[in-house]
Amino acid sequence: MRFLRLKPGHGEIVLAEGDVEVAEEERALIEAFRRELDAGMWAAVPTETNDGRREAELVKSFAEVPRDAERVIFFPRAAGGAS
Amino acid sequence: MLLGLTTAMLVLSALVWELGRSRVTAGAERLRARARGGVFGGVFAVTRELDYDPGRERRAEQRARELLRSCVNQHEWAMYRDLGFLRVYGASGERYAYLLYPHKPIVSYMPRTGALLSEYCVAFPDHSRPYGSARLPDSDDVLAKWMALRADERRLIADANMHLPGRQVDPQRVRRDLQRLARWERERMTRAA
Repeated sequence: MRFLRLKPGHGEIVLAEGDVEVAEEERALIEAFRRELDAGMWAAVPTETNDGRREAELVKSFAEVPRDAERVIFFPRAAGGAS
Repeated sequence: MLLGLTTAMLVLSALVWELGRSRVTAGAERLRARARGGVFGGVFAVTRELDYDPGRERRAEQRARELLRSCVNQHEWAMYRDLGFLRVYGASGERYAYLLYPHKPIVSYMPRTGALLSEYCVAFPDHSRPYGSARLPDSDDVLAKWMALRADERRLIADANMHLPGRQVDPQRVRRDLQRLARWERERMTRAA
């Protein structure tokens, strides 16, 4: 599983990478996940349905991330734009 | 006599400098502080803005396009590549849809009639401002909108500032884009058949 973050002036960067079945790597992923959410990021998991439709799922905790997810994308939370 | 006068002048200059140095230093510090936050703050901000590196931004956008491509389906990717925006249908079906432009409000409309409904102003500012800017690359901005809409349409719309069409995006442009989209889809369908 890879954690990516969208970043101005850079595109995505890899924040963390690990195997959720390896306890130590899973712990590192959980810490990285918390750090990003504490920094005000949203986390989304891109998914694909059985009929090939591409979707995304917002997750609020590491427990909500599907175990077989290949990547989680962190991005700044939405704010109302120019009013 | 001349030597004595010169020595006296030097000693006097050193004394005056020593006495005035603290005031000069304090004054310079005040000027610097004013420049940072006051009248000259704008000038410094402009200087930071000029830290713009087109090569870096181009590479960032290239990465962002690849990531967007890997997340959306082929049809959506081709639409963005060819037309420069994405159409996303509402969660409740094809009765209404959204147009996602990079760094512009999301425009909702009715696909059946082409009637424009609203503009939703929403941004994803990165307050850590790497390289001095809070703006994501164009394709990352579209991806963020796409993910947020797909995952939780209601929440994104609730977070946005809603306006009537035409506030920031020219309705004529949107209508032209809808015509381009219809033509593009017809051509794709013809090619596929």
